[in-house]
Amino acid sequence: MSLAHNKENWKFIISSKNNHLRFNFREIWEYKDLLILFIKRDITTVYKQTILGPVWYLIQPLFTAIIFTIIFNNVAEIDTGVIPPFLFNLAGITTWNYFKDCLLATSDTFKSNQHIFGKVYFPRIILPLSIVISNLIKFAIQLIIFIAFYIYYYYKGAGISSHSFLFLFPFLILLMGLLSLGLGMIVSSMITKYRDLFFLLQFGIQLLMYLSLVAYPLSLIQQKLPQLSWLVEYNPMAHIIETSRFLLLNTGSFSLGWMIYTVVITLVTTVLGLLIFNKTEKKFIDTI
Amino acid sequence: MQNRSKDIILKVENVSKQYQLGIVGTGTLINDLKRWWYLFRGKEDPFLKIGEANDRSKKGESNYVWSLRNINFEVNRGEVIGIIGKNGAGKSTLLKILSRVTSPTTGNIKSNGRIASLLEVGTGFHMELTGKENIYLNGAILGMTKSEIESKLAEIIAFSGCERYIDTPVKRYSSGMTVRLAFAVAAFLEPDILIVDEVLAVGDAEFQKKAIGKMKEISSGTDGRTVLFVSHNMAAIENLCENLILLENGRIVKTGSTKEVIAHYLTSQTLKNIELAHVSNRKGNGNLVFTKGEVKGMETQEGFAETFKDFKISLSYHLNLSDKIKQFRIDIGINNYLGDRVAWISSDTVENDFDITKNEISFTISKFPLAPGNYTCNIYSEINNEVSDWLEAVLSFTVVEKDYYNTGKLTPLNQGSILLDFKIS
Repeated sequence: MSLAHNKENWKFIISSKNNHLRFNFREIWEYKDLLILFIKRDITTVYKQTILGPVWYLIQPLFTAIIFTIIFNNVAEIDTGVIPPFLFNLAGITTWNYFKDCLLATSDTFKSNQHIFGKVYFPRIILPLSIVISNLIKFAIQLIIFIAFYIYYYYKGAGISSHSFLFLFPFLILLMGLLSLGLGMIVSSMITKYRDLFFLLQFGIQLLMYLSLVAYPLSLIQQKLPQLSWLVEYNPMAHIIETSRFLLLNTGSFSLGWMIYTVVITLVTTVLGLLIFNKTEKKFIDTI
Repeated sequence: MQNRSKDIILKVENVSKQYQLGIVGTGTLINDLKRWWYLFRGKEDPFLKIGEANDRSKKGESNYVWSLRNINFEVNRGEVIGIIGKNGAGKSTLLKILSRVTSPTTGNIKSNGRIASLLEVGTGFHMELTGKENIYLNGAILGMTKSEIESKLAEIIAFSGCERYIDTPVKRYSSGMTVRLAFAVAAFLEPDILIVDEVLAVGDAEFQKKAIGKMKEISSGTDGRTVLFVSHNMAAIENLCENLILLENGRIVKTGSTKEVIAHYLTSQTLKNIELAHVSNRKGNGNLVFTKGEVKGMETQEGFAETFKDFKISLSYHLNLSDKIKQFRIDIGINNYLGDRVAWISSDTVENDFDITKNEISFTISKFPLAPGNYTCNIYSEINNEVSDWLEAVLSFTVVEKDYYNTGKLTPLNQGSILLDFKIS
């Protein structure tokens, strides 16, 4: 017994008093193989035993873009300038889908993985991280479709071009990834107590889409509904999508002020998400 | 306790875990609103009632239970420690805390090595992935790196005995094969401390033997892995563990050598004899209900017996049926401390004109042959070919260690379950 007291250099300590502010980034690094395997699993298993397989990745944005074009552009007559409405919508939908898919999947982290979390320890953040990364593959495939249509319209002489700052596009993806990760972590932590939130989210995300400039440019709402345009302006996703179209199609506007606002909101959300997630992961198994 | 070889790898200090009863303070927003609505109308909090009904301890005003209370122990490097206790004693909670699935309410766990847990085999198996893909995924979930898995892949596949199916999705596997594969992955984990819960309760007898053998190899190898082992399989526990920790109601009630603790557990676990009416875990239609039971040797106290002396088991019961009794039997099975059947007696196998309506029956065994140790009885009754009352592991008794051969020498305890009356010439 006496020996134990001499020897207090423990490798690690599991304590009731955990410091929620201390993130163990080294540990995440140690589990990088698991992260890679989860990403692989997510990608390879989604469309197993389906006939069309990854083609489903393409069908969904394409059909949504077609419907949007019919409703918003042909029926509601939203003007997209020189940009073909279909391409305009496809750009918005592709970008929005990445955010939506990540957010929905990460919000479900604790609930859908409780059987694993209840049995084994690994840094819980590996799972939402793997979701955000594996969705990137899906996003890339959808982006290829966008590029294909871009080339098609370009050669048809639609007079479209991308912005010379297109190389900044990955930065927008990073923002979306972080924003959905942060929000998803907050929601998934709260879902451990309030299951209702998941239903609220599924419904809320539909509404949020209409406030995220997916099918219309920022200038349109500022022009037609100036008293309500703040609803869109304070939504960081709106700026991400507006800017993405600005880079991809050289249409719409870019405001450095709002971009800084978006970055700040994203960072705050991410940090808050990490904090709440970190706090929840230690005890959630008792309450879920 | 030599200081020379003592190298503490895991130290559990004052660990307690509290769970909140009922849904007070938790639950969904709807429940919270419902509670608020009840209180608003001046009614009683609907969820408080649930909390009170669930209260296990006698403290009526408390909404909390301590699943673990002030647990302290140390584990040396290379030691294989078993944790036993009844359902709800806190074993799984302790393992969950040790494996970092949940955190303790108070206290610390200090460790000098990597802990990996095997709380249930096959965690994270994905049905759509092939056996091989699942080995990688499961191994990584359990904390192995890809290169570690790669270096052991061949061994894992060989151990699982699923070579032929290794590139087939796991959903096509039989449940036995899934378990074999999962255990194989886990068996090749190389953490400093391995936590194992109930894994050996799976697979066929042959695989269980293989699994126990592997566990033994793990714990006795040159690098002597430290293993914490929870199981209801007493044979496995006895086979693998040097020392045991016995938990009861969240507290450690006994630690010590395996034999000692198992003996203590099995005698403390059964209800004290005589009253059988209150045993809740029983099967049967209740046409006959055992109320009292007594086991004793001719010259001993209740609950004790001596080898080679007469031994008597007496049972009292109620009959609750109006039909005519065309057939009946009452059986007693005697189990040793491992839960293995050592003897069986039945009213059916003896010539008798016993009258069942007497409401009591006695079995007298002459020259009782069982060797010293602890035993329990299963009692079973059947009327008109239907099970009427069936109790397991009740009426414990101890055959005392005595100088049965009058030579001053004892038969070693592990040399079988019976003593033979013999001579040499």
